Amino acid sequence: MNATALVPLPVVLPLFGAGLAFALGRSARAQRVVSLVVLALMVIIAAVLVYRADTDGPQVMEVGGWDAPLGISLVADRLSALMLLVSAIVALSVLVYSLGQGVVEYGPDTPLSVFHPTFLVLVAGVANAFLSGDLFNLYVGFEILLAASYVLLTLGGTGERIRAGTTYVVVSLVSSIIFLTAIALTYAATGSVGLAHLAGRLDELPDGISLLLQLMLLTAFAIKAAVFPLSAWLPDSYPTAPAPVTAVFAGLLTKVGVYAIIRTQTLLFPDSALSDLLLWAALLTMLIGILGAVAQSDIKRMLSFTLVSHIGYMVFGVALASDAGLSGAIYYVVHHIVIQTNLFLVAGLIERRGGSTSLERLGGLARLSPVLAVLFFVPAMNLAGIPPFSGFLGKLGLMQAGVDNGSPLAYALVVGSVVTSLLTLYAMAKAWNRAFWQAPNPVGPRETTDMHRKPVRTDSPEPAGRVAAVAMRGALAGPAAALLAVGLAMTVFAGPLFALTDRAASDLRERTPYIEAVLPGGAP
Amino acid sequence: MSANLTLVAVVGVLFAAGVYLLLERSLTRVLVGVILIGNGVNTLFLVASGPAGRAPIVGLNDVDDMSDPLPQALVLTAIVITLGVTAFLLAMAYRAWQLHEHDDVQDDVEDALIRRRAERDEASSSYDDSAGGTMDEEGTDDASEAASRADLAASAGPEGEAR
Repeated sequence: MNATALVPLPVVLPLFGAGLAFALGRSARAQRVVSLVVLALMVIIAAVLVYRADTDGPQVMEVGGWDAPLGISLVADRLSALMLLVSAIVALSVLVYSLGQGVVEYGPDTPLSVFHPTFLVLVAGVANAFLSGDLFNLYVGFEILLAASYVLLTLGGTGERIRAGTTYVVVSLVSSIIFLTAIALTYAATGSVGLAHLAGRLDELPDGISLLLQLMLLTAFAIKAAVFPLSAWLPDSYPTAPAPVTAVFAGLLTKVGVYAIIRTQTLLFPDSALSDLLLWAALLTMLIGILGAVAQSDIKRMLSFTLVSHIGYMVFGVALASDAGLSGAIYYVVHHIVIQTNLFLVAGLIERRGGSTSLERLGGLARLSPVLAVLFFVPAMNLAGIPPFSGFLGKLGLMQAGVDNGSPLAYALVVGSVVTSLLTLYAMAKAWNRAFWQAPNPVGPRETTDMHRKPVRTDSPEPAGRVAAVAMRGALAGPAAALLAVGLAMTVFAGPLFALTDRAASDLRERTPYIEAVLPGGAP
Repeated sequence: MSANLTLVAVVGVLFAAGVYLLLERSLTRVLVGVILIGNGVNTLFLVASGPAGRAPIVGLNDVDDMSDPLPQALVLTAIVITLGVTAFLLAMAYRAWQLHEHDDVQDDVEDALIRRRAERDEASSSYDDSAGGTMDEEGTDDASEAASRADLAASAGPEGEAR
């Protein structure tokens, strides 16, 4: 069996599914079936790709039949395939969750027909960004997913979402423009946009020019990944979107930026002059992000700040540029995609159950809904990095890599990451205490003076039977529980997973497997 | 490599004007800025492609005379993407106008809340007032917590926070 034929499918299938879902816009049921089938297929394909990339090396597909330096190549190496698998799993869970929530959130003010096609386009864009073998295709992937995310973020066009959307769209546009300018300059300097091709050619450039290109690419990706000085847009724009949308954004979109940083830093600029700058950025991202989280009184906003903060861990691993550092970073990315999505889904459940996500309005949820308490507690502790969980393992790997590095700045980062973990624990414990543990708020959880958003209507517009209600609740809690299980599985299978990320990291450091797979005859 | 100076100057002007407009509050001006910079980048691709030549069609022209086809393909893609994004921004500006009678980019409500709280010294009980409060030029009224919240909720209506 030849796996290269599978490589373009994660991009093509969702796009095809999006078109089909649009055509079937009148039937919500048909749309659901299409989305579910497409995303389930994607999980299977991505799993096969991970296996093939691990055993046979990078799988390359030359789209359009032209060979590498001329044509567009899609490459699935260990890193991209792994990212693809995790994002497919997350996307599938979020889709199931949004089906459960669908009638309420997407009912009266937003046409149902928009959500499914847009969601599939988003997934296609993410897959394209992971698989693309050249800079311009990466840009196209970014634009596909961004265009879809603009629509999802402003679903319904309420005043609050338009406000949040404006910031998000303008910031994303700026980063896209910087990225596109960087591509134009790269092409002017080297005459190529293929990543594998560039890897050789950038080495021959004068230092100043390649440094400029590196800085521009890094700036563009850092905005998307929300690395500290460029992260202010994120906590303002994410929390207003519907819960499943925020969840998939938090899980996937920033990680695409992180993936792009990992890919370009290792492949194009292996002897980076900017690693000290990246280490500082990582430290500040961690600390300032988590200080922001501690100050928040709303669960969704707090989670958005922890998202920013934990991007710092990944940048830390990338900046170390050692095998151990990269391996830790990849493991942490995989862990964080699952956990952060999980937490945002649970935040959506809390909003449904308690009528708000503001910690000042919530209380006593542990008695009202013990299952929800567990669903929040486990991923929250996982995020904080309590020992048996995968968050601990990822952080431990990164800290070991930092100690191996041995420079004073690396030690400062190790200390910084411990402090960040403790503060994350504090923020999570505070949220858990206030929302679940303390006595119910005397004002009552359903008091609607909450300024953050209108109360969520918990009644279904169409009077559904008891069975349907139970099925709906299952569709909501099921994905959260499934992601929780995936997070736990990352602890149980940490050995094989870390072995895989180790191999992926050494691939990235060696560069040759990727370059030889794309350009079999060597660069012309 | 020889670069066309006129084109470089055009790129510079488009970028400068675009960045200036991007920094405006009104979404419509931001949109115009995006369009200008978008065209600036497209022109930059033309500069990157080197000297102009004949149409890159094999069999029609000699290979040595052809201009570089790849940047043209990239620019076409970029133009389509800019078109789509522009349409979306335009729709968003119109929707903002529908809702608020203006299309200004607004401040975040929660940020404003935290700022007000800092002004009122509510965040920290250990804050030493005699050390010189730098942040309470406006929020000196000693309204109760509940009143201030209600007040904020009212002022955070469609108009957003005062800028």
